[in-house]
Amino acid sequence: MTRELTCIGCPMGCELTVEVENGLAVSVSGNTCKIGENYARTEISAPVRTVTTTALTADGVPVPVKTVGNIPKEKIFEVVGQIKRTTVALPVKLGDIILEDAAGTGVAVAATKSVGS
Amino acid sequence: MREFDLVIIGGGPAGMAAAIAAKKQGIDDLVIFERGDELGGILNQCIHNGFGLHTFKEELTGPEYAERYSDQVKELGIPYELGTMVLDMTEDKQISIISRSRGAETVKAKAVVLAMGCRERPRGALGIAGFRPQGVYTAGTAQKLVNCEGVIPGKEVVILGSGDIGLIMARRMTLEGAKVRAVVELMPYSSGLKRNIVQCLDDYGIPLMLSHTVIDIKGKRRLEGVWVAAVDEKNTPIKGTEEYFPCDTLLLSCGLIPENELSKSAGIELSPLTSGPTVDESLETNIEGVFACGNVLHVHDLVDFVSEEAVRAGENAAEYIKGKPSSTGVPVAVKPADGVRYTVPSRLYAESAADSVHIRFRVTGVFKNSAIVVSCGERELFRKRGRIFVPSEMQDIIIKKDKLSELDGDIEVRIEEAAK
Ligand SMILES: Cc1cc2nc3c(=O)[nH]c(=O)nc-3n(C[C@H](O)[C@H](O)[C@H](O)COP(=O)(O)OP(=O)(O)OC[C@H]3O[C@@H](n4cnc5c(N)ncnc54)[C@H](O)[C@@H]3O)c2cc1C
Ligand code: SF4
Repeated sequence: MTRELTCIGCPMGCELTVEVENGLAVSVSGNTCKIGENYARTEISAPVRTVTTTALTADGVPVPVKTVGNIPKEKIFEVVGQIKRTTVALPVKLGDIILEDAAGTGVAVAATKSVGS
Repeated sequence: MREFDLVIIGGGPAGMAAAIAAKKQGIDDLVIFERGDELGGILNQCIHNGFGLHTFKEELTGPEYAERYSDQVKELGIPYELGTMVLDMTEDKQISIISRSRGAETVKAKAVVLAMGCRERPRGALGIAGFRPQGVYTAGTAQKLVNCEGVIPGKEVVILGSGDIGLIMARRMTLEGAKVRAVVELMPYSSGLKRNIVQCLDDYGIPLMLSHTVIDIKGKRRLEGVWVAAVDEKNTPIKGTEEYFPCDTLLLSCGLIPENELSKSAGIELSPLTSGPTVDESLETNIEGVFACGNVLHVHDLVDFVSEEAVRAGENAAEYIKGKPSSTGVPVAVKPADGVRYTVPSRLYAESAADSVHIRFRVTGVFKNSAIVVSCGERELFRKRGRIFVPSEMQDIIIKKDKLSELDGDIEVRIEEAAK
C-alpha cells in the first residue's frame, strides 16, 4: 500500500510517498532530509506530537507550557486535560517542570516562559 | 530633550535583534521603546512551537524564542522603556513618545530602526453581509485572549481564512474544548504552511473548505451561525451551494498588514505592494538614517528571517552612526516580474552594497519545478531551481556583489515556469 504524507518536520512541508507493508513503512521518498524519513516511519507505525497549551495559576493567569518531547498522538487530549487540572504557583521560570509525567506517557511538561519574578 | 544615537521603535523580535546587533557594533547610547508591558512582541501570544529552527537548530515556542533575545538585551545592558508608545516622528528624527512614568516627551535620534511589526486586517475590511454581532474576532485577538488572558471566546467555532494564525487557532480552540466546525478559505489553496494544515486541522478532523467563503452572518446581538458557499473562479458565490453552520464564534484570519502610521507621518515612502517602507539593500528607507526590519517592512512567516533581517538593520544603523556615508552612486530599481508579488529591497545601490545582497519576495501562486531568475536586461544575475514555490513561504535569495557590477538598468525578479 502507498500512503502520501506531508512532513511536519519544518516549514518546507515536503510531500512524502511511503510504501507501507504490515503497518510499517518499508520505503520513503520525497523527503529532503533525514527528519522526513523518520517522521514517515513513526507517522505510519505510531504517530507522535509535541503539545503546547497553557496551565493556569490559582488566579487564572495563563502560563504557556509544552511537553518536553513527543507524546503519542492519541494521548493529546488526556495530556491537555491533566495540564488543565494542574495549578501553577508563581513565580515560574522558563524550563520549570509543571508535570513530571503527563498522563502516563513518561514525558514531562515544562513552562515555556518566565512569569512573575 | 533626551538625545540618543539610536532609537529602536518596537521591542518584538525585530527590535531586540536590531538593538543587540547595534550594541555589539559599539553603539552604547541606544534605547528600545515598546508600548506593551513586556519585550517579545507578538511572540508572547504564539505559544505553539516551530520557531527558531534556522537560528537555534531546535524547535522553540514563541515565548521561548523571545526570552532568548530578551535575556541578551538584559545581559548586554541595553536600555528599554516599556509602556512607552511612540506617537509621532519627524523627518529630522524627532520622536514624540508618551508613557505613564515620564508623560509626554520628545526625544531626538541620530538613527532610527523601525520595528513596529504588523497588525491584522480589521474585520471591517472584509465584505461580509449581515450584522456585526458579538462573537466575531480576528484570529490574533482570539489568540491573545486565550493564551495571554486565559479567556476562551466560544464553544462552536468557524474560521474564515486559512492563514497560519487561523490554523493555529483551530487547534488551540479544539484543545480548549471548543468544536471547530470548519476553516473556510476563499482561494483554491491555503495561505498557511502545509505542516500547520496537517498538525492543526487533519489531526483533529477539522475540514478545510477551499474556494468557499462566508456569505452571511446570522445573529443580532450574539452570533448564532454563518452561511458558507462555494465560489467560482471570479470569487462569486455559487447559487445552491449554501450551507449553514451554527456557531457562537467566527474567527477571521485574513492576513496581516505592516503597521506604518508612524512611518507615514515621518514622510517615509511606503510601497503599495508590501504596505511597508520602500528600502534599499541596506534596509534604509528614503529618509537617511532610518532603517526598517521585520514585519513592519514586509510580513514574514518565519521569525528566524525577522531576526536575521533585523541584525542587518541594526548593523547598518551602527555604521551610519559611526559616520559611514549612506548609500552612494545611482540606485537601480528592483522590480517584481512574472510570478513575483513584491521584492525587498525595491532599490539597490550596487556601488556601496555589502559583499552579498539579500532579495526577499513572495510568489503570486503555486509554482512547481520552476526557477527563480534575476536579470538586468539581457543579463542573468542569478538563477535557482526549486521543486515548489508557494505564496505562504517568503523566498530569500542572496546575490554576490561581483554579479552586480556595471548594472545598466533595472533588476527584475521573476519565476520561470517549467515547460509544460
Ligand atoms: C496576531 C499575530 C499572530 C502571529 N502568529 C505567528 C505565528 O503563529 N507564527 C509565526 O511564525 N509568526 C506569527 N506572526 C508573525 C510574527 O509577527 C513574526 O514572526 C514576528 O513576531 C515579527 O516580529 P516583529 O518584531 O517584526 O513584530 P512584532 O512581534 O509584532 O513586534 C512589534 C512590537 O512593536 C511594538 N510597537 C508597535 N508600534 C509601536 C509604537 N508606536 N510605539 C511603541 N511600540 C510599538 C508592538 O507592541 C510590538 O511589541 C504573527 C503575527 C501576528 C500579528
Ligand atoms: S523532509 Fe526535512 S526538509 Fe522536508 S519538511 Fe521534513 S524536515 Fe523539512
